[in-house]
Amino acid sequence: MTEIVEETLCELRQTFKSGKTKSVAWRKTQLSALRQLVKDNEEKVFEALYQDLGKHPIESYRDEIGVVVKSINHTLSNLDKWVAPTKGKLPLLFFPSRGEVLPEPLGVVLIFASWNFPISLALDPVIGAIAAGNAVVLKPSDQAPACSSLIAKTIPQYMDPKAVRIIEGGPQICEKLLQHKWDKIFFTGSPQVGRVVMTAAAKHLTPVTLELGGKCPVILDSLSNPSDLKVAIKRIVSGKWGPCSGQACIGIDYMLVEEKLAPTVIELLKKTMKRFYTESPKDANCIARIVNKHHFQRVQNLLKDPLVEASIVHGGSLDEENLFIEPIILLDPPLDAAIMNEEIFGPLLPVITLKNIQESIEFINERPKPLTIYAFTKDENFKKKILSETSSGSVTFNDVLIQFLCDALPFGGVGSSGFGRYHGKFSFDTFSHEKAVLRAGFFPELEPRYPPWNNFKMAFIKLAYDLDYFGLFLLLVGLKRY
Amino acid sequence: MDTAEVVQKVVFDSGEAATMVEELRASYRSGKTRSYEWRVSQLQKLEKVTEFHEQEIVEALRSDLSKPEFEAFVQEIGMLKSSCKLAIKQLKSWMKPEKAKTSITTFPSSAEIVSEPLGVVLIISAWNYPFLLSLDPVVGAIAAGNAVVLKPSELAPATSSLLAKLLGEYMDSSSVRVVEGAVAETSALLEQKWDKICYTGNGRVGRIVMASAAKHLTPVLLELGGKSPVVVDSGINLQVASRRIIVGKWGCNNGQACISPDYILTTKDFASKLVDALKSELDNFYGKNPLQSKDLSRIVNSNHYARLTKLLDEDKVSGKVIHGGERDTSNLRIAPTILLDVPQDSLIMQEEIFGPLLPIITVDKIEDSFDLITSGTKPLAAYLFTNNQKLKDHFVRNISAGGLVINDTTVHLAVPSLPFGGVGESGMGAYHGKFSFEAFSHKKAVVYRGFSGDASVRYPPYTKGKLRLLKALVGGSLLGIIRALFGWSKA
Repeated sequence: MTEIVEETLCELRQTFKSGKTKSVAWRKTQLSALRQLVKDNEEKVFEALYQDLGKHPIESYRDEIGVVVKSINHTLSNLDKWVAPTKGKLPLLFFPSRGEVLPEPLGVVLIFASWNFPISLALDPVIGAIAAGNAVVLKPSDQAPACSSLIAKTIPQYMDPKAVRIIEGGPQICEKLLQHKWDKIFFTGSPQVGRVVMTAAAKHLTPVTLELGGKCPVILDSLSNPSDLKVAIKRIVSGKWGPCSGQACIGIDYMLVEEKLAPTVIELLKKTMKRFYTESPKDANCIARIVNKHHFQRVQNLLKDPLVEASIVHGGSLDEENLFIEPIILLDPPLDAAIMNEEIFGPLLPVITLKNIQESIEFINERPKPLTIYAFTKDENFKKKILSETSSGSVTFNDVLIQFLCDALPFGGVGSSGFGRYHGKFSFDTFSHEKAVLRAGFFPELEPRYPPWNNFKMAFIKLAYDLDYFGLFLLLVGLKRY
Repeated sequence: MDTAEVVQKVVFDSGEAATMVEELRASYRSGKTRSYEWRVSQLQKLEKVTEFHEQEIVEALRSDLSKPEFEAFVQEIGMLKSSCKLAIKQLKSWMKPEKAKTSITTFPSSAEIVSEPLGVVLIISAWNYPFLLSLDPVVGAIAAGNAVVLKPSELAPATSSLLAKLLGEYMDSSSVRVVEGAVAETSALLEQKWDKICYTGNGRVGRIVMASAAKHLTPVLLELGGKSPVVVDSGINLQVASRRIIVGKWGCNNGQACISPDYILTTKDFASKLVDALKSELDNFYGKNPLQSKDLSRIVNSNHYARLTKLLDEDKVSGKVIHGGERDTSNLRIAPTILLDVPQDSLIMQEEIFGPLLPIITVDKIEDSFDLITSGTKPLAAYLFTNNQKLKDHFVRNISAGGLVINDTTVHLAVPSLPFGGVGESGMGAYHGKFSFEAFSHKKAVVYRGFSGDASVRYPPYTKGKLRLLKALVGGSLLGIIRALFGWSKA
């Protein structure tokens, strides 16, 4: 096991050193090949995702294949722009020097993917790493084994094996990987493991991007227009159970709503869920299952607390053999119960009632910063307050999940939901070093730069700092005292 | 001992640190530091510190480093003043949200990126530019709306205590604090949960800072160092080049600067000309008795003095001194010293020198110097003197460092439009100018949607038609979408 890691790292370092991955043409070829891989293997991807998580092809296309294809398209259209240096403005004093910021690859990067979106969360960071000109080692999650082995089998068939490698395995291989020096580590997963990754990275001063999670709340304000409320509920239902049955970092974790609205909202939720998932969601085949026994038991345990169990108002059927948990709604479970203190990462939706919806801001602020906050409201002042008084990776008003699809928006957390970001150009940037380059000329020479020091030179420098060009002129022609 | 003289020192331990962080968090939560007015007023106060206490700052730097007044002004006070002025001038525009483009996939929607402060940040400063490297990050942290704790370096005690005094007098102590001290105090601070830590110093402590930060998932900005090489080609204006090398080396705290030229690489043929030019200009700048020159800083303390003399006295190196080498132990001074062709495995070539010793390594062809540079860890800066365009391009493309300068040294530090930071061993993250604001901000993505334009393709039950439409939407082509809507495309 140690040998695989060391050999891989050695070979990739040599490849990077040869300069091959820096060529923009090479990068484009790799990305096109990856796109072809995904298109050619669409059916196999659907199968693997169904096997690992019970995802329906539409969910698989929408959340995984589509994301990857879109990302590659966007990257290929923009790569030439991204690799170009950016001019840096220089004060006149520096004339005729020129400054620019030149992006360059970091070197050999390590990407850890998570199990809930085992295709897109594996390949999307790879797209960024390759676009930026790096060599890549990808470690898919062992908890989504069909996807992991599909990736391990197909990548070498399409991409350059001297520069892109897949290393499969569990915690042991992760440990081995983390012992080595990488030029960047990109991790998607839980805060606990995020700490382990960052601690290991610290030994080598390896920069990291941590895409973690948290309890993403949805604030549901009163909406006077009943059709707006219907749309809101549809979006909320699809934002909770749509992505991997609640096992998503930006999935809705819990809802905040005013007491007096709760009954209506819960009724609407039930109605909408029936329409989407039928009376028997397990058979409807449009909700993913729980990834494995460990997580099934973890989610089940959240319901063991009798006070929590008593707060269930819808659903509650758990099928351990098939790892399926039907959508469950809870009304005001105790706030000190585990279900309200850990990221649920499952199909349980606690609805927390407040006397006044404005209290949701304080509620959210009392807890760790989430990856995202959703708010359904038409109150412009409330929107402003949410934006300025809470902190989260992102905020989406009146919809769910779509911030994930905007290539122009940075995707990442803050506080315990992580740091660093990607998507679109941010992916390119995250795997790049922005190198400052200053090109000076030998002429003109500014004598006051050099010792021995005297009052004239001091006066000159002081005027130079103020960019007082007129004062400098006066000084130089002897019309200014010093 | 007269008991009245025993000063009761408050022990700043983990408990004290936790209390202080709590106080700052409460202040931050009140929203006070987020207002534009608060930020500008604090930055203006910092500007006043530089204006009204210039002499005291110069004195403190003289005490800590024997720093010449000129350097104190140009490299510390002047730079900090510029930094404050720029932040004050630009703050409104930096604070403005940036519009972000949305695509047809999420139509209709609008999006923006909003900068918000991280919260309570810790800034650990270094001893060599103890004024600038303490306050420049503070400017960024305050501009971004954070509450700040500054821990100045104990190896520059006069500056440290001056900073504690002046910031205590001028700044809003509910949100800006200075903690003086050494390892114990720094450790107590590092145990706490911060929203960002900025550390300037060496790689060994950088690792400790990052490992402490990892416990709380705190992002870090590490400004470290390395061996910044200068490649000197032939066919250049040698006088100008030497002057720029000298002022970048000995004119920057006597070589004790993270971006000071550490060593020179030049061809065997050109070396003697370069050495002559350097010797001549050194004479012009510092005279025949550089140990007495008032225009040179001293070595900061006896530890570093011992470290540097050890580098000079190593057997394989001591015969390679071709200029300087004189020392004055009691005054902690070493004259500008040039060495020629020290072995690669000598101590002086294995660690960042951070002092007035300049090794010159000669190569056969100037291009060979690039391999030597890339065989080491990535430095904070790398310099090249040449008129050869191809060499410049090769250098820029192939040498990875925090920043590169062609035909000069160190000046990129003064350009606020260029990010200042390292890569690999020389650090992570960057600051200066707007980059300082961004280093201490979280860029929050915000999407606004209305209730109309709801695509049923999003919702179950899932059908083949929906899958077709989904693919068309992802493809982004209007025609594809129309075709899918009319059921004209294959699934």
